[in-house]
Amino acid sequence: MYIRDTIAAVSTPPGNGGIGIIRVSGDQAAAVGNTVFTSVSDGGLVSHRFSFGTIRDAATGEMVDEAMAVYMRSPRSYTREDVLELHCHGGWLVVERVLALVLACGVRLADPGEFTRRAFLNGRIDLIQAEAVMDIIASKSEAALQLAQRQREGALSKRIDEVRECLLQALALVEAYIDFPEDDLGQTDEVAIAASVDSAQTMITDLLATFEEGRIVREGISVLIAGKPNAGKSSLLNRLLNENRAIVTHIPGTTRDIIEETISFEGLAIRFLDTAGIRHTNDLVEQEGINRTMEKVPQADLILAVFDGSREFSQEDQMLLDALAECRIIAVVNKSDLPQRLVLPAANRFLATVMVTALSGDGVDSLKQTVCRQFLHISATDSREFISLSRARHRDALVSADVYLSRFCAGLPERNLELLALDLRGALDSVGTVTGQTATDDVLDRIFSSFCIGK
Amino acid sequence: MITCEQIYDVIVVGAGHAGCEAALASARMDCRTLLLTINLDAIALMSCNPSIGGLAKGHLVKEIDALGGEMAKNIDATGIQFRILNTKKGPAVRASRAQADKQLYRLRMKRVLEQQKNLDLKQGEVTSLCLDGAAVCGVELRSGISYLSKTVIVTTGTFMRGLIHIGLNNYPGGRAGDQPSVGLSDQLRQLGFQVGRLKTGTPARLDARSIDFSKLETQFGDSPPRPFSLSTERITMPQMPCHIAYTNQRSHDIIRSGLDRSPLYSGVIEGIGPRYCPSIEDKVVRFPDKDRHQTFIEPEGLDTIEVYPSGMSTSLPIDIQIAFYRSIVGLERVEIMRPAYAIEYDYVDPIQLHSSLETKTVKNLYHAGQINGTSGYEEAAGQGLIAGINAALRVRGSDPLVLTRSQAYIGVMIDDLVTLGTKEPYRMFTSRAEYRLLLREDNADLRLRDIGHQLGLVSEQEYLRFAEKRCKISEEMERISITRLQNTVQQTAVLVRLGLQDIQKGTTFEQLLRRSEVCYDDLIELDPVSRETSEAIREQVEIQTKYKGYIDRQLEQVEQSKKVESTRIPEGLDYAAVKSLTTEVREKLSKNRPDTLGQASRIPGVTPAAISILAIVLKSSSWKGNS
Repeated sequence: MYIRDTIAAVSTPPGNGGIGIIRVSGDQAAAVGNTVFTSVSDGGLVSHRFSFGTIRDAATGEMVDEAMAVYMRSPRSYTREDVLELHCHGGWLVVERVLALVLACGVRLADPGEFTRRAFLNGRIDLIQAEAVMDIIASKSEAALQLAQRQREGALSKRIDEVRECLLQALALVEAYIDFPEDDLGQTDEVAIAASVDSAQTMITDLLATFEEGRIVREGISVLIAGKPNAGKSSLLNRLLNENRAIVTHIPGTTRDIIEETISFEGLAIRFLDTAGIRHTNDLVEQEGINRTMEKVPQADLILAVFDGSREFSQEDQMLLDALAECRIIAVVNKSDLPQRLVLPAANRFLATVMVTALSGDGVDSLKQTVCRQFLHISATDSREFISLSRARHRDALVSADVYLSRFCAGLPERNLELLALDLRGALDSVGTVTGQTATDDVLDRIFSSFCIGK
Repeated sequence: MITCEQIYDVIVVGAGHAGCEAALASARMDCRTLLLTINLDAIALMSCNPSIGGLAKGHLVKEIDALGGEMAKNIDATGIQFRILNTKKGPAVRASRAQADKQLYRLRMKRVLEQQKNLDLKQGEVTSLCLDGAAVCGVELRSGISYLSKTVIVTTGTFMRGLIHIGLNNYPGGRAGDQPSVGLSDQLRQLGFQVGRLKTGTPARLDARSIDFSKLETQFGDSPPRPFSLSTERITMPQMPCHIAYTNQRSHDIIRSGLDRSPLYSGVIEGIGPRYCPSIEDKVVRFPDKDRHQTFIEPEGLDTIEVYPSGMSTSLPIDIQIAFYRSIVGLERVEIMRPAYAIEYDYVDPIQLHSSLETKTVKNLYHAGQINGTSGYEEAAGQGLIAGINAALRVRGSDPLVLTRSQAYIGVMIDDLVTLGTKEPYRMFTSRAEYRLLLREDNADLRLRDIGHQLGLVSEQEYLRFAEKRCKISEEMERISITRLQNTVQQTAVLVRLGLQDIQKGTTFEQLLRRSEVCYDDLIELDPVSRETSEAIREQVEIQTKYKGYIDRQLEQVEQSKKVESTRIPEGLDYAAVKSLTTEVREKLSKNRPDTLGQASRIPGVTPAAISILAIVLKSSSWKGNS
C-alpha cells in the first residue's frame, strides 16, 4: 500500500453561503477533529454521527465558530480514507479561518479534485465515474444532473462502441488486402470499406452536433438584457427572477454596473445579465457601464433587446440594434399595457418578438419559454435516448477522428492502402481515447473470421 | 554418464532455422559454440513450404540480414523464384518472397556452419538440461554423454513430444522421417514451466510428372530477381515458375465425406492450430459458401519432381487425400509421393521469457523458435539470432540486446510474445506493427546495420559499404532540398509533358518530388546530376521525401510513447494492493508480470484508465513497493 498524507479543503463553493464545509481526508482526520473541534456531548466524535460543538484556535483557546462535525472512519467514506467534515457558518472569513486552523495541524491543502482522485485510486469509483462526479459537482440544474448520470451509465460509451465497430470493420478489410496479397480475396471491396467509414463518420458528426447542446445543458446559457435607458430592463429582470434584485427607478441610467443572476427553468440554467442602458452620455460612470455592457455582448448566448412599446422607435433604439449587429436577439416589447406606438423596423432581424408588461409580469412566462426553445430543440432533455457529448476531451477526440476520416475519404481514390490504414488506425485510436480501447488483436480476429486465409 | 571436458560458452539445441542463426551469431561473436541436432542431414531443412519471405516475413529476413544473420544470404544463393509483393500498396507493405531449392538451401547452410570458426556440430538427442542451482550449465544426450556450457539455447521446433497424425493413425515423430525429442519437455514441466500443446500441418508432396501443367495458370517471378541480402550483388540461380490451381465443389464434398475420420474433428488432436494457416478441411468447414480455394503448386527444387501444393495441408486419411488432390483440375492423375500430415508438439508459453529471450525461471537458458509458440522459418530465425546474440552478450557480461517496437519487426514479435504469451501458433503480420511506416524492408539496414556492426556480426567491409550508402542518401536529400528549377527550355518541356506547367521557377526538387505525380526518375530528365544516383539511393530519397509527413508523425508518436515504454514496473509489485484496478486487470497483470508500463498497456483488457492508475501509483513518491 502507499502512505497517504492527510489533505484538507473547503468543499463548498467559494463566496458567502449559508453553510461552509471543510473536508479532511487521511489518517490524521480524527486527530484534526479532536484538536480543532470540541463537542458539547461527552463522547467526542463517533464515526458517522453528527455532533454539535465549537471550533477553537488551539493555540489561543479563542472560539472561532459554532459548528457541526462528522467523522467517517475508513473505508466507509467518500475517499475510503478516514474523513472529517466540519460544517460551519458560511461566511467566507469564517471558512478561511477554520481551514487555516486545520492546516495548522500539519495537513496539506488538497489539489483540485484530489478527493475524487483518491476515491478513484482507492477503488471507490472508476475514471469515467470520476469525471461524471466532477460534472455532478458542477451541475447547475436538473438536466445537467441527468446528463451526468446517464453518461455514468454508459450511454455515450455504447454509441462510441458502435462507431468503433464500423471503423474496425473497415480497417479489417484494408489490412486483409495488405497482409494477404497471395490469398484469393478478390478485388479490394472499396464500396464496403467506404460504407463502413461513412456510417462511422455520420455517427461522429451527429455526436459532435450534440456537443453544443450538451455544453448548454451542462453549463447553462447566458442571456444579456439590453436596451435603451428606462426601457424597463431592471423591472424585467426582477420579474424573471421573481425578486427585487435590481434597483428600479424612473430615472434613466440607474443601472450602471452589470447585475448577474441565475434561474433554473425547465431544467435549463439561465444566467441573466442586466446591463446599463445604451445611449450617448457625458456621465463618465454611466459611460463605463455602457462599455462593460458592450464587452459582455460577444460572450452572451442570447440577447433580450428590450424596447418601450409606448414610445416610437428612437435613434437610441437604432444605436442598440447597430451595436448588436451579429447577435441572436429576441425582441422584448415592454409596457404592452400602454397604448402601443412602437413600430419595429426589420422585425425579421429577431428570433422572436415577445410582448410583456414587466410591471405586472404579463408575458414573462411566455418569454422564458421562448428563451428555452432557442436552445433545447427536439425536447431533447426528456428523451431517454438522448446521448450528448458534454466534455471537451470527448469532443476533441471525435474531432480528431473526424479529421482522420476526412483524410481517409480524400485518399480513397489513390488506393494507397497503407496510408488508408494509417488514417483508419488514427481514427480508431482517437475514438478509443473516449472509452479506452486499442485495436490490433480485434482487427486480426475480424480478418480471420471474415476471410479464408491460409497457404 | 560421460562428461566432455570442453566447457562451451553456448550450446544450441536444434539446428533448424532458429538454431542455425543462434549458433552462427554466438560463434561469430567469438563464443565457443556447440550445435546439437537429432539429424545432421536435416540442418536448416524446410519442413513445410519451400519458400522464404512474404508479408512481414520478408521484413524479418531483411532485418536478420541487416543485423548480420545468414538467412537472406542463404535464400539468395539457393532461390529459384523471387517476387516483390504489394508493389502498389505503399512502400512499407512491399515485401520480398522467394521459392527455394529445398535441398540446396539446407546444404548451403550446413556448409556455412561447418566453415564457421568456434563452432562444433554434433548429432545427438538432448534428453535433459544440467542445472547448477537456478542456472543451466549444460545438456545430457541420449547416447550417455553430457556437454557443459555457460548458456543453453533451446530451439526444438516441432520435435518435443512430436506426434504425427494421418487420419486416425498417429505415431511419435519430430517431422515425417525423424525421431521426436522425448524427455526434455517433461523436465521443463518439472522445473515449473507452463508447457502447452500446439498443432500444425503440411500438405502432401506431389509427383510433378503426374500433373497436367497445361491446365494450370503459370506464375513467373520478377525479372530481374531482386535479392534479399545487402551483400548479394545478383541472383545467379536458374529461375522457375509456380502454377495456380483451384479446388471445386467436388473436392469439398470429398473432404466432407472424410470428416468422420479426421483427427481434428474427432477430437484426437488437442493442440491448437494456426487460424491463418488452416487445413483444407478447416477451410471447407468454416467457409462453406466459398466455392473454390486457390493453391500455388510450388517446385521443391531444380532437380526434383516433388512439388508442394500450398494451402492444401490436411490430416485426413490417405484414401481421402488421394481422392481430394485428384479432384483438382490438372491433377486428375496425380500421385502422392509423401502424404500430408498434422503434427502436435510441446511449446513453452513465451510469457515466461524476458525480452532477451532468457527464461524467467532458469538463468542462462534461452528459448527461440517454435518452442515459443511461433510458426514460420523467418520468425524462428529472428528469435534464434536474438537468442544467440544475447547468450553471447551474457558470456561477455554485457547487457542484452532488446529491439523496440519502433525499431524492428523482430522487436514487435518478441515484445508480443513475452508480453502476451500465445495460445495459438504466432505468425508475423504487418498489422501487428503500430509503426508500420517506419519498419520497411527498404530501410532495414538504416535501422539495424549499426547494431549488427557493433556486435561484430557485420564485417568491416560490409559496414563500410553501408556507411557510404547512408552518407550518399543524406547528401542527395540535402542536394534536392537546395536545387531549384531554373525553368530552362528543356525543363519546361519536361514539366509540360508531366502536366506540371503551373510549377513556379525556383521550386526545389524536394518540393517537386513530394507531389504524387512526380517520381525520382522524372527528376533525371530535369537534372543531369540525378542520373548518377544509384537505384538504392533513389528509392530511399523518394520514399523519405514523399512520405515525410506520415513518417514524421509516426516518429512523433514513438517519442510520445517513450515515457510509458521506459517506465519500469518493479518485479515484486503487488497488484492486489492497487485497489482501484478492477479484479480482471489485477489478475491479468499478476499473470503477465510486464517489465514496463508499455508492455502492460498492450495486455488485452488492461485499459488506458488502468495504465493511468499504474502510472500514478508508480510515480507516487509515497509508494513503498509492497513485496
